[in-house]
Amino acid sequence: MIRVVLPANLRTLAGVGREVELRVDGNVTQRSVLDALEAEYPMLRGTVRDSVTKKRRPLLRFYACEEDHSEDSLDDPLPAEVASGREPYLIVGAIAGG
Amino acid sequence: MPKVRVLVGTHKGAFVMTSDERRKEWKVEGPHFAGWDVYHMNASPVDPDRLYAAQSRGWFGQVVQRSDDGGKTWQPMGNEFKYEGKVNTHKWYDNSDHPYEFLRVWHFEPSLSDPDTVYAGVEDAALFKSTDGAKTWEELPGIRTQESASSWAPGAGGLCLHTIILDPVKKDRMFAAISSAGAFRSEDAGKTWKPITKGLHSEIMPDPDAEVGHCVHRIAMHPSRPNVLFMQKHWDVMRTDNAGDMWHEISGNLPTDFGFVIDVHSHEPDTVYVIPIKSDSDHFVPDGKLRVYRSKTGGNEWEALTKGLPQKDCYVNVLRDAMAVDSLESCGVYFGTTGGQVYVSADAGDSWSAIVNNLPSVLSVQVQTLS
Repeated sequence: MIRVVLPANLRTLAGVGREVELRVDGNVTQRSVLDALEAEYPMLRGTVRDSVTKKRRPLLRFYACEEDHSEDSLDDPLPAEVASGREPYLIVGAIAGG
Repeated sequence: MPKVRVLVGTHKGAFVMTSDERRKEWKVEGPHFAGWDVYHMNASPVDPDRLYAAQSRGWFGQVVQRSDDGGKTWQPMGNEFKYEGKVNTHKWYDNSDHPYEFLRVWHFEPSLSDPDTVYAGVEDAALFKSTDGAKTWEELPGIRTQESASSWAPGAGGLCLHTIILDPVKKDRMFAAISSAGAFRSEDAGKTWKPITKGLHSEIMPDPDAEVGHCVHRIAMHPSRPNVLFMQKHWDVMRTDNAGDMWHEISGNLPTDFGFVIDVHSHEPDTVYVIPIKSDSDHFVPDGKLRVYRSKTGGNEWEALTKGLPQKDCYVNVLRDAMAVDSLESCGVYFGTTGGQVYVSADAGDSWSAIVNNLPSVLSVQVQTLS
């Protein structure tokens, strides 16, 4: 199972805890993980990727294994640690403070 | 016993407030959608338990919520707002051409006859319609694709379509308003639109009398008299008696004619309410005094309503969708402030009290009168 960590506002929207587990068939890429996330939690459609353009929302970043994958191709394979479930895939919101 | 339900959208969530016809004791529920902007909530006039809420955040985009039990529970609905056909451009702040792109919903206007039909006014300026209770959305592109739309430029608040009025008599007639673009009318249920701006004069424009570019902040109509519209423009309070064919100024003795909200008494079509704001550079009430102004003559002659409102050290704003009236026998008037207060008057404005004092900044106030 793929582990995905969501930002707090999306946990509330989806009614889940900090982390969700997803089954992903085939190659484990950012696209396949995000597709599985939106299929399992349809209320998240449009909140991580724009509904129309399917692009990453600009104030969100995608991390895995202490690396920023936000600018990688969505079709590149994610690290084996993510594919095996040892490490989570993190969707992180830009910090807002003052 | 009749009661009222007040729907309040704020910068950090939504609140639902209920009271009986005395409007003295209030039950406040929320925050719903905590941490999110709720630009607007509105209810179907034919199914009062059917509510729509526009939930958004810069990080996560737009979420549309629907309640079928009067706001007790909510369900996320469809949030795909796709512009129809070729996407045209509008002017950006540097005068470059910028493609229309969906940012958020500013206003929901449910159909007068079908609880599953609802219109959404959005930024960048466009009008969408759902006929399946907000599951799916289809643009009515006529307003975005008219000839002048490529020349529209956003104001500081964004290029938003914020006002939608459905004519209760002429079923195919609609009115809409867009910041920094103007007011528009459709006679064919939203397919085609024409500007209704004759008589508007805006010194902030190169040509103050141009057909488009006027920054309309809000339009209000009394349902018994749909040819008469009242407008709070960026500066100037205006009135038309012919559905927008010609406007005339009714600012009269107001201390300032800048402001955002405007509304009409539910039983007296010539009784109008505004809340003057000092200026477009100082977005707060003048002289530290929060005053609602009421005209019982359809404009020009205004009286300050102050009883129960702070009359010193008050520097709040009241945003365009943050005033509403109920239809109880003694008309109730409601408004919310950027300071987080929601005020009610159960006597048509003569006296006021705060329902709540410390909410997040209020974006919108809507009220339902329930039997």
